[in-house]
Amino acid sequence: MREERWLLPAGIEEILPPRAQVMECLRRELLDLYRSWGYEFVIPPFVDYLDSLLTGTGQDLDLKTFKFTDQLSGRMLGARADMTPQVARIDAHHLRSDVPTRLCYLGTVLHTRADGFADTRSPMQIGAELYGHSGVESDVEILRLALLTLETVGIEGLYLDLGHVGIFRGLARQAGLDGHQEMALFEALQRKAVPEIEALIDAYRLDDIQARMMLALAALNGDDALDQAATELAAADPPVRAAIDHLRQVAAETHKWLPDVPVHFDLAELRGYHYKTGVVFAAFVPGWGQEVARGGRYDDIGRVFGRSRPAVGFSTDLNCLLRLGTGIDERYQRPQRVFAPWSSDPDLQREIERLRREGRQVVTELPGQAKGARELGCEARLERADMGWVLVHEEPRMDTNKHEF
Amino acid sequence: MEFIDSLTIALSKGRIFKQALPLLAHAGIEPYGDPEQSRKLILETNQPRVKLVIIRAGDVPTYVQYGAADLGVAGKDVLMEHGGAGLYEPLDLRIARCRLMVAGVPDADPGSDRLRIATKYVASTERHFAAKGQQVEIIKLYGSMELAPLVGLSDLIVDLVESGSTLKANGLVPLEHIANISARLVVNKAAWKMKHASVMALLALLCAAVEQNPTVRG
Repeated sequence: MREERWLLPAGIEEILPPRAQVMECLRRELLDLYRSWGYEFVIPPFVDYLDSLLTGTGQDLDLKTFKFTDQLSGRMLGARADMTPQVARIDAHHLRSDVPTRLCYLGTVLHTRADGFADTRSPMQIGAELYGHSGVESDVEILRLALLTLETVGIEGLYLDLGHVGIFRGLARQAGLDGHQEMALFEALQRKAVPEIEALIDAYRLDDIQARMMLALAALNGDDALDQAATELAAADPPVRAAIDHLRQVAAETHKWLPDVPVHFDLAELRGYHYKTGVVFAAFVPGWGQEVARGGRYDDIGRVFGRSRPAVGFSTDLNCLLRLGTGIDERYQRPQRVFAPWSSDPDLQREIERLRREGRQVVTELPGQAKGARELGCEARLERADMGWVLVHEEPRMDTNKHEF
Repeated sequence: MEFIDSLTIALSKGRIFKQALPLLAHAGIEPYGDPEQSRKLILETNQPRVKLVIIRAGDVPTYVQYGAADLGVAGKDVLMEHGGAGLYEPLDLRIARCRLMVAGVPDADPGSDRLRIATKYVASTERHFAAKGQQVEIIKLYGSMELAPLVGLSDLIVDLVESGSTLKANGLVPLEHIANISARLVVNKAAWKMKHASVMALLALLCAAVEQNPTVRG
């Protein structure tokens, strides 16, 4: 044990140079992007009352949340596993605005078990939420911002996966399923486990039309799924058909803005079914087996915080973006690093300050240090000449990424 | 037919590989080489874009879930243990069929203590006895479960039963049926969406193959 004190818990990461700096640059660029769209930044607390963290999201987050007892109040606390409910509370309780509110956030969340995002238990969640408007336009704004986020990072070959929870929910209601049956069918549908769906439909004795529609749902995916849905689900109740229609509008609008992004419909894909109320979406990239960003509409979540407002949002993991992005390291190359010898000459101090103001990094030698400019990864050094201090270029090192300290 | 996308299919050696071959052949996929005879883990096929990876049965869901393979063939027993999250399992291939059963020494006195159950299938065992309202102690083993009741390690076992001959040879009898097991086609979520045309084509071909496969009746 003694020798392994450096070891981190499974799924917990620390980010080292130079990656940490690149990540910070990326963080700033994304938050600036959201700011330019009018999204205001909020910083919710890392620890919160459990009731509040789990509110509105059903059981989806319960098992994912680390819990402990607050010694002051005796109540249960949790480390946030998702920032969305916190941001929803900020909108519903603190801001209480009547106009659409746009909020963005970034922070570490903690999961008891790793899921989707690259097996980490501490994703760096970044996202944006739009409150106070219910309709295609706000769905599309969030979708565009989500895809713009991925584009900014240099993620190429994106695929958009679109669905709508209202379709399954409507069909379940139409078929008269109770809560238990609905969840069992939902669970099988998430796995597209056709044999199990058939068995459940049999067991619940759905009539022919309902059974056929429920079974069709598992196969309603692909770029032409909405056209198929129009015929396959023709006998569905109006809310189901309205949901299909809504999805069609969202897709058409999105295509106007992002004509190059292929859209895949999947009417059985119901991420966050427990609290989502409308469109759900996810983005995929080739060579990565899981979604890189996800989001959707969840209109009811604010009610428990005192105010129900329409809401739509997306989130992703900054670590994951960093891994999948291209050209990031080149874009955020560090400025030239200059080595300054140890000297109390005021001229040198002035020159150092000038270089720093210009955006260069200047590291000063410390008396008695073993090695010099090259070992510190400096591309240039300050040297005393007749005219004063001048910049002299160092021979480039083979590997500029490794710095020895 | 040719597939327009590259597809990697994960299979396990042995029964699943052998019985999946005719189905794949029906879909126009024939591997070069036999995993029983070579130690190669990646097999090319007559389809230039399709390759097979040969891995342990229990690893198939993991490979497919994380996209290391686009598709795979996994026993329902393995999927029940894995939980199946993050995977699609659209097709019952009706091969490698058997039953997951509780077995034990005939006419043994169950006693009033908590039953100890030896098994490789911890999650399925827990679910089965919980559904019966019974609290049991589960002992995780990796093989030769039949031995456990004979040497007093457990009262019962939960294991796959095909013909029942292994049980019989060790003086055990099947007691309760938990689930019918067969191999399923599993598909990675991202592959389903991004290689949709190829995955759908393969799915349709395999679906037809399953219907026609004479060895899978019964």
